[in-house]
Amino acid sequence: MKLTVWTYEGPPHVGAMRVATGMKKLHYVLHAPQGDTYADLLFTMIERRDHRPPVTYTTFQARDLGADTAGLFKQACQDAYDRFQPEAIIVGASCTAELIQDDPGGLAETMGLPIPVIPLELPSYQRKENFGADETFFQLVKHLAKPQAKTERVSCNIIGPTALGFRHRDDVAEITNLLFECGIEVNVTAPMGATPSDIAQMGKAHFNVLLYPETGETAARYCEKEFDQPYTKTVPIGAGATQDFIAEIRALSGSTVPLDSQALRQTWWSRSVDSTYLTGKRVFIFGDGTHVKAAARIARDEMGFEVAGLGCYNREYARDIRTIAKEFGVEALITDDYLLVEKTIEALQPEMILGTQMERHIGKRLGIPCAVISAPVHVQDFPARYSPQMGFEGANVIFDTWIHPLVMGLEEHLLHMFREDFEFNDAAGPSHHGGHQPAGIASNPLREAAAQEQSAVQSTGGDVAIWLAEAEKELKKIPFFVRGKARRNTETYATSQGLSEISIDTLYEAKAFYAR
Amino acid sequence: MTEHMPPPPAAGCRTSPVLKQRGQREVFCGLTGIIWLHRKIQDAFFLVVGSRTCAHLLQSAAGVMIFAEPRFGTAILEEADLAGLKDAQAELDRTVEELLARRPDIRQLFLVGSCPSEVIKLDLNRAAERLTQTYAPKVRVLEYSGSGIETTFTQGEDACLAAMVPVLPKTDARELIVVGALPDVVEDQMVALLTDLGIGPLRILPARTIEDEIAVGPNTVFALTQPFLGDTHAALSRRGARHIAAPFPFGEEGTTAWLSAIAEEFNISREVFDRVTEAPRRRARHAIRQAAAPLNEKSVFFFPDSQLEIPLARFLSRECGMTALEVGSPYIHDALHGPDLDLLPAGPQISEGQDVDLQLDRCRAAHPDLTVCGLGLANPLEAEGFATKWAIELVFTPVHFYEQAGDLAALFARPLRRKSILKVAAE
Repeated sequence: MKLTVWTYEGPPHVGAMRVATGMKKLHYVLHAPQGDTYADLLFTMIERRDHRPPVTYTTFQARDLGADTAGLFKQACQDAYDRFQPEAIIVGASCTAELIQDDPGGLAETMGLPIPVIPLELPSYQRKENFGADETFFQLVKHLAKPQAKTERVSCNIIGPTALGFRHRDDVAEITNLLFECGIEVNVTAPMGATPSDIAQMGKAHFNVLLYPETGETAARYCEKEFDQPYTKTVPIGAGATQDFIAEIRALSGSTVPLDSQALRQTWWSRSVDSTYLTGKRVFIFGDGTHVKAAARIARDEMGFEVAGLGCYNREYARDIRTIAKEFGVEALITDDYLLVEKTIEALQPEMILGTQMERHIGKRLGIPCAVISAPVHVQDFPARYSPQMGFEGANVIFDTWIHPLVMGLEEHLLHMFREDFEFNDAAGPSHHGGHQPAGIASNPLREAAAQEQSAVQSTGGDVAIWLAEAEKELKKIPFFVRGKARRNTETYATSQGLSEISIDTLYEAKAFYAR
Repeated sequence: MTEHMPPPPAAGCRTSPVLKQRGQREVFCGLTGIIWLHRKIQDAFFLVVGSRTCAHLLQSAAGVMIFAEPRFGTAILEEADLAGLKDAQAELDRTVEELLARRPDIRQLFLVGSCPSEVIKLDLNRAAERLTQTYAPKVRVLEYSGSGIETTFTQGEDACLAAMVPVLPKTDARELIVVGALPDVVEDQMVALLTDLGIGPLRILPARTIEDEIAVGPNTVFALTQPFLGDTHAALSRRGARHIAAPFPFGEEGTTAWLSAIAEEFNISREVFDRVTEAPRRRARHAIRQAAAPLNEKSVFFFPDSQLEIPLARFLSRECGMTALEVGSPYIHDALHGPDLDLLPAGPQISEGQDVDLQLDRCRAAHPDLTVCGLGLANPLEAEGFATKWAIELVFTPVHFYEQAGDLAALFARPLRRKSILKVAAE
């Protein structure tokens, strides 16, 4: 049993839904109790889809449990086939149906439907959403795709994009265009936009472009083995990664067409003097493995940030993330425990968070700016405008997205200069935002009394030096966006010097010590 | 007391045939109620004992974390719990200990059963008794089921309130309990109205904190503010309390009828009733008249969602000039919904339960001007050209009693107004 407040990933059947909903002419019959239909709103509300997901739920109730839930499943399956006439059906169970062990795969097989029926085994109590998507797509490819003669012209498949993916819609457009400019045709893009009969054609491509390892890697490996299709290893997020990706597809395709990289503005925007203020900003990066890996490289090599810490919530990528963390000289945080992520950020006091919607909330609480780089998604992650993360335009979009939460360069200096001006001060927040102050914890007298009890215990037991009143006052004069860092540096410095109290002198000594 | 009210219809819907179909039900489970209950009961924590799906539902239905520090969480069952490798009861004790250490402000803990916990027959009742003994008197631990196999959407609140009834102290005093979670502002208005009428002592279930004493006994009468409280109704009746049946307090008519039934029970004079209600009734009528203009002579189709459908259809038919084509409700309970069905003019198809695909076919054929449905259906229907109202907003928005009557009409009118002002054509 594990206590959870918020989750980074849904259950695995939601992953299967992301594959089914991204595709066309595929139907998913899900053995599930009433209530599990909530998952429809992820697609119709968050992603603003104008169709219901192609999912039929058996929605069994308590009174069905003693009776014939298996019959209910078969009826739902038959009704779904009759009504929607799909090219193929995937069948599976949600967490509760897994417990009643009706074996949807076996039941569907006995029905003799005239289309492929693909059973899914998605262990709900062990695995999560990304696994569900990856496994579902792999089963589709395994059941539907067959070895075929390669296309005459060099072509590839784009693998991994799903419904409800973080910017998948625009990434696919950007990369399809990039491939086109290299003279490479896209044979099939899947799962997103593909029909089961398109998947049957996947064997024709010369190689695969794996955009999202989280949701496509197992299928990509299978195609490599069965259809002799190598796949790309670089995910083209960021200017450097996009260049590496281009080199990779050139090697795979033999394309030598020169590419026009004029549209890549990010590199000059980053070199231009206005960006000087970004230098050495301490960032904490958290999200899915693929996006964190890419963000770490962009942060260090393309923005000039200092990576203060990084981690991912999907254990499947723990090894990759640990390797990167080692390279960056930081500790990797591999966890799906939101509270632990919050604690880590609080201890590190970064100047910025590159995270998910969850970390955006943490940032809001701690007064640290945050830019969103990865799923889990939110309605704001489906903008109306074109907004890819991949390719040249993706690098531009990322530059803009990351600096937006920050106070701009000159403004930062002015805030230091006039920090006690009653109108122009740090509490007003960055001038281009609606105005905000680090949110205090909502006032709740019960809570506060309890918190006081706790903090009284902490300050006697901890080894952190005590702030003298005037030092604390001086600290408050420091603008909020660097205050957390100043507090942390001073405390670290005081501890390293064996000081039990922090005075104004300690504060400025620490400032001199950490000056850069 | 009903001088401004139109007479009841010649034929109501109470005896209309009810269409019952069995198929896919596009509804939330009872866990969803936690989203408003945890804000309403300020010293309570709701611990769902369930799966990742339960946690994901709460998070998604809440619009990804609008509450940075929610007073709810999920104890996610893992493989080892199911395989019997770990003692689930011991695991639960450990989890609760962890939770209460983190949140020392919690005075009431609800263990909330889910589909998986019920299928594996995890005995939360036993756990609640044991944990109450461990943490008494500081924390009271209760349990109820919010599972999808037992409950639909708002039935979660019903199950929660029903679970509180058996532990209420006994009283022989003649008191009124008003049952149902309302937004604080609405609750305050209601208390003011009843107090001005001279009705009391008045208790409210759920109370905002455990300190607010409620007792129950044979001289207790109770009124419901929400039409989905069937089990709570039964639990209070078992404790000897008597229900004051009435239409639900939506709109001017519903509010007046609801207050009037209570006033009669407490022998309040006609003069006092008119004096107290006259001004707010006038305001409500005025506000509805202004807000409901776009609704006049329009048709409405209800998909089942919160059990609010019948009283709302009554409000829209009798106070906003709409015609109901179908009124679907997850469950129909005559003792609760009867008075509203009496007032709903005969004509609409009344349906209970759902086969969503068949109901969508009926909706398309009926071609209503406004469709009230859940979040999973709203955008797809909009894309087909239907104006829709998300039903969940009716549960999350202050809509009860006089001062909100205009807002309630406006909630339904907004999609129609929006459709008429947008100049960008649908594709």
